[in-house]
Amino acid sequence: MTILSGDPPRGRALTILLILIVAALALAPFLFHGAKPLNVAAKTCVMILLVASYDLLLGYAGIVSFAHVMFFGVGAYGVGLMLYALGPSWGALLLGLVAAAALSLALALAIGLFSLRVQSIFFAMVTLAVAYAFNVLASQLSDLTGGEDGRSFKSPDVLRPSFRLIHDKVFGVAITGKILTYYLVFAVVVIAFLALLRVVNSPFGRVLQAIRENPFRAEALGYRTMFHRTLATCLSALGATLAGALFALWLRYVGPDTALSFSIQVDVLVMVVVGGMGSLYGAIIGAALFVFAESYLRDVMGALSEAAAAAGLPLLPALFHPDRWLLWLGLAFVLAVYFAPSGIVGALRATEKAER
Amino acid sequence: MSALDAGQSLPRARREILPALTPLLVALAAAPFIGSASTFVTLTAAGLAMGMMIFTMASGLTLVFGMMDVLNFGHSAFIALGAYAATLVFLPLASWGSADSFALNLAVFLLAAIAAALLSAAFGFVFERLIVKPVYGQHLKQILATIGGAIIAEQLLYAVFGPAQIPLSLPRTFEGSFVFGEAAIEKYRVLATLVGLTVFAGEMLVLNRTKIGLLIRAGVENREMVEALGYRVDRLFVAVFMAGSALAGLGGAMMALYRGQAHATIGGEFLVLCFIVIIIGGLGSVGGSFVASILVALIANYAGFLAPKLALMSNILAMVAVLLWRPRGLYPVSGR
Repeated sequence: MTILSGDPPRGRALTILLILIVAALALAPFLFHGAKPLNVAAKTCVMILLVASYDLLLGYAGIVSFAHVMFFGVGAYGVGLMLYALGPSWGALLLGLVAAAALSLALALAIGLFSLRVQSIFFAMVTLAVAYAFNVLASQLSDLTGGEDGRSFKSPDVLRPSFRLIHDKVFGVAITGKILTYYLVFAVVVIAFLALLRVVNSPFGRVLQAIRENPFRAEALGYRTMFHRTLATCLSALGATLAGALFALWLRYVGPDTALSFSIQVDVLVMVVVGGMGSLYGAIIGAALFVFAESYLRDVMGALSEAAAAAGLPLLPALFHPDRWLLWLGLAFVLAVYFAPSGIVGALRATEKAER
Repeated sequence: MSALDAGQSLPRARREILPALTPLLVALAAAPFIGSASTFVTLTAAGLAMGMMIFTMASGLTLVFGMMDVLNFGHSAFIALGAYAATLVFLPLASWGSADSFALNLAVFLLAAIAAALLSAAFGFVFERLIVKPVYGQHLKQILATIGGAIIAEQLLYAVFGPAQIPLSLPRTFEGSFVFGEAAIEKYRVLATLVGLTVFAGEMLVLNRTKIGLLIRAGVENREMVEALGYRVDRLFVAVFMAGSALAGLGGAMMALYRGQAHATIGGEFLVLCFIVIIIGGLGSVGGSFVASILVALIANYAGFLAPKLALMSNILAMVAVLLWRPRGLYPVSGR
């Protein structure tokens, strides 16, 4: 219990689901063979950290930010460009991570101090504008960032696919650098997630929730809401930066489409809301569901689309076209906002309560 | 609330003139750096036209926010819808656009503008009823619900119109430029400026000279009081939302024509600009967003000429500068 900071998932169905997801991720290289499942698993891990850090802001502090993916991008570009410029070494990796974290902190502090004084709506707009400007800047400084093409780089040699930890196969799987990278990503995400769980269950986390529920009252009780909100912004920015660094390391590539694009921000919002705002476990479920849907729902929809076209139905083939999968998740998103504000986690907990 | 605040919220309060002059000041400040007079005229005229197109979109957003306290992230969908609506008129009537007749050319443009506005308004009605109505007064849910609505709407647009760009060509009369000495002013920009000014004048007239406008302004100040006086504020809300959507569609159609292509990404792109404009103008202020649109477009144009690398950042820098000077925008609306 202490490792979960005294905040277990609560609810049998939820616990079982979480254990299944975490176990699948932990054993992914041995359970599933081939490159695609491992990519899906790695992306899920990264998204869990990204979404959990966003939930700290949205679900716990009640602040809507559109600059979260910007911090993700800072992390990805920090590590990617440093490895690209200095060559593949652990020193460069660390230097990139530290530089990215410093930049993220400075940006988060500036945005927070500048715009958190006013309504939450104002913060939402300012972050949107800043994130947009950052995207433009990243593609403008193409000498440094590689522009739209991005940069491919080499990771330190232990993490390369050609590296072999031991010559013999373990359970029929060669322990390559790729698998080591996967476990590096997995371990960092687990540690960071537990750290975030610690943060939201600390007195600081309680104050954040108090501010979310009633800012005036929290202020009247003597808490400096401005300080707490800014600190939450900084912490969540650091989480996103770390997630970005891991994602770049996994892909051994950094570019606007994988690290900065605004559609990632929308994806993160969908994951948080569908998974469940205000509970970090929602991040695990939301991210797992989303990445799985992104990777495999297309196939299902493609089949549906063809079936609808064969039946001669109008418009339906277009609606079920594999590229329209976001339409259905958008629908789920809106329904979740209206009818299940605490997402899948809330729904699973509620049924548990009703049974008792 | 001090006596001073109360005085400011009375109608016909003293209008501050300095914020309205900022675009002029920027133009004067930039002039010496640009040097050549003809370049300056070209840039300024282009900036004015761009400002008017942005204003058309942004005023819808600020109207909806000012009146209903709803920040509509789905505004982007209406902009994109307007752009596609223009293609619905222009493609079947391509012969009108390419005809060598001013009347036909103008007719096809006006038809496209009207179609964009009407289609967006109709869609706005549905959007308001389905997406926005259940979450009035809850900012966080509003933001999330309207974003969800925007995702769905964008995907539907792709499903209906296909994922590729749809090319559009300007009517013949509006191609090319008026040339004065060395300064060239594109004809379409003149048209866009005229449309923008008409929209501004229309909004100002309706808001300040009609009973509906009076109710809207009263609703912005104090919704409960207007309801207590027996007016159906919720119907007024739908009307304002439809008007805001229509403006977004009109702006989207004009911008799509200017760019020569329609694509759903136009929505998100200009939504960001709209936000910057209404923040600079003061959330909810139509006059403020008018000044801010011109300011933003002029700064972007001058910056694009003087320091191209900075141009796309210039909007943000302008916003920061204005907010440092006036933290609630150029023309803050009382009670916000």
